[in-house]
Amino acid sequence: MGATASQLGKDLLSEYQELTFLTKQEILLAHKRFTELLTREERDLNLNTRVPMARILTLPELKSNPFRKRICYVFSTSEQKDGSLTFEDFLDLLSAFSDSATLEIKSHYAFRIFDFDDDGTLDRGDLEKLVNCLTGETDDTQLTPDEMRQLINNILEESDIDKDGTVNLSEFQHVISRSPDFVSSFKIVL
Amino acid sequence: MGGEEKEIQDYDRKMPRDSLITSENDRRKRGEEEQAPATSSKSAKTRKNIKNEKTRKMKEEGEEEGEDEERNGKGKKKHGSAEKDKKNRKGGKGKEKVQEVKKKKKKVETSSEQETSEEDDEEDKEEKEVRPECLSPEELEKLKEAVDERKKLIQALRGKPWPMKTKLVTLQESQEFVEKYEGALGKGKGRKLYAYKVMMTKKWMKFQRDFENFKTACIPWEMKIKEIESHFGSSVASYFIFLRWMYGVNMILFGLTFGLVMVPEALMGRPYGSIPRKTVPRAEESSAMDFAVLWDFGGYAQYSVLFYGFYNNQRAIGWLKFRMPLSYFLVGVGTVAYSYMVVIRTMARNANESGVGDDNSFNFSWKTFTSWDYLIGNAETADNKFASITTSFKEAILEEQESRKDDNIHLTRFLRVLANFLVLCCLAGSGYLIYFVVRRSQKFALDGLENHTWWERNEVNMVMSLLGMFCPMLFDVISALENYHPRVALQWQLGRIFALFLGNLYTFIIALMDEINIKREEEKIVKFNITTWEASLYNGTVSGNSTAPPNTIHPADVPRGPCWETMVGQEFVRLIISDTMTTYITLLIGDFLRAVLVRFLNYCWCWDLEAGFPSYSEFDVSGNVLGLIFNQGMIWMGAFYAPCLPALNLLRLHVSMYLQCWAVMCCNVPQERVFKASGSNNFYMAMLLVILFLSTLPAIYTIVTIPPSFDCGPFSGKNRMFDVIQETLESDFPAWFGKAFSYASNPGLVLPFILLMVLAIYYLQSTSKSYREANMDLKKKLQTQNEENKKKNKQAALKAQMDLEEARQAAEQQKHNNTSNEEAADVEENSDSGQRMHHTKNERNNAPPAGDRRRQQSATRAPVPRNYHQGNHPTPGYLPGFPQQSEPRMHRVPSLQRH
Repeated sequence: MGATASQLGKDLLSEYQELTFLTKQEILLAHKRFTELLTREERDLNLNTRVPMARILTLPELKSNPFRKRICYVFSTSEQKDGSLTFEDFLDLLSAFSDSATLEIKSHYAFRIFDFDDDGTLDRGDLEKLVNCLTGETDDTQLTPDEMRQLINNILEESDIDKDGTVNLSEFQHVISRSPDFVSSFKIVL
Repeated sequence: MGGEEKEIQDYDRKMPRDSLITSENDRRKRGEEEQAPATSSKSAKTRKNIKNEKTRKMKEEGEEEGEDEERNGKGKKKHGSAEKDKKNRKGGKGKEKVQEVKKKKKKVETSSEQETSEEDDEEDKEEKEVRPECLSPEELEKLKEAVDERKKLIQALRGKPWPMKTKLVTLQESQEFVEKYEGALGKGKGRKLYAYKVMMTKKWMKFQRDFENFKTACIPWEMKIKEIESHFGSSVASYFIFLRWMYGVNMILFGLTFGLVMVPEALMGRPYGSIPRKTVPRAEESSAMDFAVLWDFGGYAQYSVLFYGFYNNQRAIGWLKFRMPLSYFLVGVGTVAYSYMVVIRTMARNANESGVGDDNSFNFSWKTFTSWDYLIGNAETADNKFASITTSFKEAILEEQESRKDDNIHLTRFLRVLANFLVLCCLAGSGYLIYFVVRRSQKFALDGLENHTWWERNEVNMVMSLLGMFCPMLFDVISALENYHPRVALQWQLGRIFALFLGNLYTFIIALMDEINIKREEEKIVKFNITTWEASLYNGTVSGNSTAPPNTIHPADVPRGPCWETMVGQEFVRLIISDTMTTYITLLIGDFLRAVLVRFLNYCWCWDLEAGFPSYSEFDVSGNVLGLIFNQGMIWMGAFYAPCLPALNLLRLHVSMYLQCWAVMCCNVPQERVFKASGSNNFYMAMLLVILFLSTLPAIYTIVTIPPSFDCGPFSGKNRMFDVIQETLESDFPAWFGKAFSYASNPGLVLPFILLMVLAIYYLQSTSKSYREANMDLKKKLQTQNEENKKKNKQAALKAQMDLEEARQAAEQQKHNNTSNEEAADVEENSDSGQRMHHTKNERNNAPPAGDRRRQQSATRAPVPRNYHQGNHPTPGYLPGFPQQSEPRMHRVPSLQRH
């Protein structure tokens, strides 16, 4: 633990506490878990080392999440858009998924995770991908095209307030803010 | 205030240029400051723009205030001329310093925008020339504003969806800014105070953060529960959170009984063996230390602080003059009151948290957007979740279509009636069985327990535990007949188990009441016997004419009554013990042994045990919760007669926590029927409340109606247990207090009071109802208004777009008179995509002025033609400025729906 503390630095640690919804212990734990993902050479480098997405996805907390790749893409600040995360990106991720994060920030990131083509709105393609993610990859759990169409029509009917055929961020937040269990289920703990 | 405003206006008129320049300058500067850190993300920028406007407004107010202050200093000569001079001088110095700092800051933050900063510098010079001495307070005010703004920004930073780099940079810059300016601000007379305040705020913040860290580190079993949560999802974790909550409640109950009843009696009360009620009777002495007897809480355990009978009716004990009987009574009442309070408070808090989720207007959207539990970290749980989500989708679609094919509704109806009939039979049968067993055990008890086998002695508890174990399974089988939707089936199942437990408990209590009555009959006889015995004793000593002192009789030899209170307490303690044992044994056999067998026999078995019949067991959330709730109900019921119950329960919960955590992680598989945790929390609480009410009823009934035993317990010798209150009032309080109390407890006052409370409840309920209605109305209004606004915005935007296009086209036509067809088409395409871009943006931030500015940008920036838009939504080509185009939505929506 002493090694991690010295590597993080006291100032940085307090800044991270200021900027995230995490406590000190959680940040230290995150750092420990993150350094475990690094190889031996990378460990000596500074905090800006990127861990490729494939290695991030080996975390048990993300392994069975159907949105794991989207989560990596959304939180990655990489230029190549390869979903690799630095430690700070990783902290951002944990902060957004933490217990005490606000509904606003949670719904903002949820929207970006569900926005598969990154165009700022959830259109029919996004919704279809989203439903497919939720029903799993196997054929017996997937919905038939008919059911899918019906489902998406229903979703749009409910949440597409301005009737432009897509769900945008404010509409999404409007829907989400009324949900009783979004905040309790949109959580990842290490 | 009005006069002052006027004066301000006058002042403004006197030197309009000055203030105008400063404000303008400041605005620009502020704009730069604000925009500097946020060059990376667009959304952040727009937010800042809005914020900028806000700060501008605030700034102007600040200016006015500053001027106001100055004017006060000048005009009214409040501070005297010398002070004023000093102030001015100081102000001048301060101003210089401030500007220095400002420049520095500018270099730091706006190094990229050199031109503007130079302009600013020029303006600064101008300012100095105009009026160098009277700007300082204004500047100070502004600085203060700016510093506060920065501080607010720092506070709000964690709630911003920016990447960490941006946040870090912003934080560092802001902190730098705040530190510098705080140094500059500390020029006034309140400098030391200000510095001190700043320092203290910093320290306080740090302390708060540390305290927060400490608090989270102190929550017991947090890591265990999180681990379970990440493996099994939130519903299983909700059980453990409930268990932890229950542990906390029991901790308080234990503290009350232990600290105020058991410890004082043990320390200050008369010691064991001093009086008959504190001594094991002669007949039982030989077996009082046997383990079997102790296990049944007889012998020495019965005659100890653990039970009601041990306590003496002495009014005050020890050197503290501790009022034991009063304390005993008040602790009993306080236990119940605290439980009610804590349950209702938790319920209210839960309801507050999830109070908005009652409308069903977003059924499908919620299913899609919020049904995944991100905590699931186990592949199997994830598969189950996939399956359950799929079924829920399919069901919802089916329900929506309302094409449920009801094949043979008569058969289902018949089967459901049959199932309910069977369940009722089960319930009645189990109730009768318990009644029968309890009566039989009374007969055994009359005969003397030692002539009977172990089974006969423990029949009641065993039968109750076995019924609690097997009846739910039976119900499960029966519910297969009914063919309900799984969620409905689960509710029925829960309701039936609840009814079973409740029925069993109440049969037990009724049987116990019978026993109490029997004991009281017995007591009467004993009482009569004792008087004759005492008389004979007295006569004996008299007739024997001996000189022996009259108190030679050992307290163990004194005949005594049956003490029904201790009997009730013992029954409950035995029940708790046997219940705990059954729970642990079923856990070990049903979960652990089964898992071990399945795991190791699987290597040499005909079929796949893991996937096939026995498989591993699931964690039964609802069953466990019910068990916990009923256990707690028994505690509440019995705690008055056996002060040791909360302690026992605490022990049980503690062991349960570790044992069940271990069992879940090692031998259970995630459930197939995953149900949401958030909805169930208050469901548990509601059940707990019902049980609390039902379990306090009999306890209160016995306390109020049955006279206490004459020779045991703290209330012996009194007519009723609550007489202790009256006694205390009479002897420990002044007379007027007792009088007031007796007036207050007069039915003539109590009844109107109750009536008033009922009326108040009715009033509050009706107001809350009307509020809810008003809320719904407002919601609807807001929604329609939103839609309308959006429509209007879109139309306005489109119109502006059109005008711009027209102007551009006109300009282009002027430039190149010989426009080719290709270019025209290009312009058309540009306009289309530009309009779309604006359209999406405008929706995203809902800020018309900002959108206005950006629209112009987006229009002047040559937009990249987006092919997919045209491919997806074939908007008909149009001529710019054609009026019909102001409503493209009407065309686009149906085309989308068709896709």
